[in-house]
Amino acid sequence: MIWQIEFVVLLMVLICGIGAITVKDLLGAAILFGAYSFMMCLLWAIMGAVDVAFTEASVGAGVSTVLFVAAVFRTSRRTSD
Amino acid sequence: MNALLTLIVSRANYWMTIALMMVGLYAMIARKNLVKKIIGMNILQTAVILFFISIGAKKDATIPIVRHGAGIHNHAVQAADYINPLPHVLMLTAIVVAVSTLGVALALAIRIFQQYQTLEEDEILAQLQDKAPGKE
Amino acid sequence: MKTPAILIVFVFGSLLVLSTLDFPPWGDPAAPASVHVSPHYIEQAMAETSVPNIVTAVLADYRGYDTLFETIVIFTAGVACLFLLRIFRRIEPESRMYRHIPTGITLRITKPVSPPLETAEFERIDLMWVPYDLVVKTACRLIVPFSQLFALYVIAHGHHSPGGGFQGGVILGASIILYAISNNMRASLVRFNEKLAVLLCGLGVLIYAGTGAAAILLGANYLDYGALSEILGADAIAARSFGILMVEIGVGITVMAVMVHLYYSLASAGRHDEGL
Repeated sequence: MIWQIEFVVLLMVLICGIGAITVKDLLGAAILFGAYSFMMCLLWAIMGAVDVAFTEASVGAGVSTVLFVAAVFRTSRRTSD
Repeated sequence: MNALLTLIVSRANYWMTIALMMVGLYAMIARKNLVKKIIGMNILQTAVILFFISIGAKKDATIPIVRHGAGIHNHAVQAADYINPLPHVLMLTAIVVAVSTLGVALALAIRIFQQYQTLEEDEILAQLQDKAPGKE
Repeated sequence: MKTPAILIVFVFGSLLVLSTLDFPPWGDPAAPASVHVSPHYIEQAMAETSVPNIVTAVLADYRGYDTLFETIVIFTAGVACLFLLRIFRRIEPESRMYRHIPTGITLRITKPVSPPLETAEFERIDLMWVPYDLVVKTACRLIVPFSQLFALYVIAHGHHSPGGGFQGGVILGASIILYAISNNMRASLVRFNEKLAVLLCGLGVLIYAGTGAAAILLGANYLDYGALSEILGADAIAARSFGILMVEIGVGITVMAVMVHLYYSLASAGRHDEGL
């Protein structure tokens, strides 16, 4: 449990999370959300929760991102806020 | 000053988790676009899961899979050698519930778009208020 | 809306930070979360169920009721998506697009004649068409069977390594979604149509609940896998291990079917004809 790695990954998670809700392009927000999920999975693997990290890698960074992109495809892509 | 520094160092990761929860909560309240609200909901859910996982950690303990195999006899399993598996079990359920909620929320968003041609909350409210006085 | 939001967020955040001052220090083995029931799970899981992966043992055996209702939650999400989005009336579009495979020419036919032009040389493509990409199609054709094999490995080895029913089911569903993205959704609907997906959703829950009901029929409590040792001819510990495997298979089937159905509904906005 090397605290330097954990600190860097936590910082990346925070940056991806704030980025996902700030960008004005919804497709970019969906992809940033996929990156956020991947960083979370890494964090949980560092903490020793291997089952949970496996589930989040397949569910969050896989299927969740695809569902977001499909929904953005069927609705509009630009947003004003 | 030293006590404050010890306090910050021992609680720093809890505070970063709380910061992440607050990012998700802010997105759910303040953003007008529905997809951004859904993203905020998911960020809040994963931050809560991170909080639970960090409760179950133990110093100098290994992952919760009992060492087994051909050359390893069954010594007694000590509870202090393995990370607490109970939060992991509960959080597996939480992740799967999160993705189910995401699917239904996105289906609702697509239906709203088909009905109102927009996903911004203020435009939807304006359309609803245009319709409502006529109905009553 | 931004200023009240920031105010609320700060108030909540500071309340939560105040409450963390009472927490036990990080990684303490004597923390209240690690003291009451979890030492029993860690020390007795291998002896009582012969499953080394403690998380799988607790998930499917000690807390099996929770997992049953979680499977029902996933099933409900699939059914809710069906009710929200599905349009059953077939709306024929005004024009169709076809691609001539040997030369790559795309045709658009307005006022389509019947029978449709579906021979070995012409394939039907979506109205929002993309150019034919050989690299993506071939790469995904190679990836899909290996990822399905890996998903079956993950389900089967949930006892000994990280994995289990959920993870394997999601990877199986993701492989079918990959096939639907790289080729047409029509090609994927031919192989794995909506009726099969909805049937499999229910079949997984039936397997899980049926294992519990089999335990009742043999005289023990609901979801008590030790009672299955009569039909299996093994002792109670091996029967528990087998019961865990059965419910993991049920969970995997449901999760795969729901993921595929969610993708079909969302990407085609309910019409199930063409999509991403």
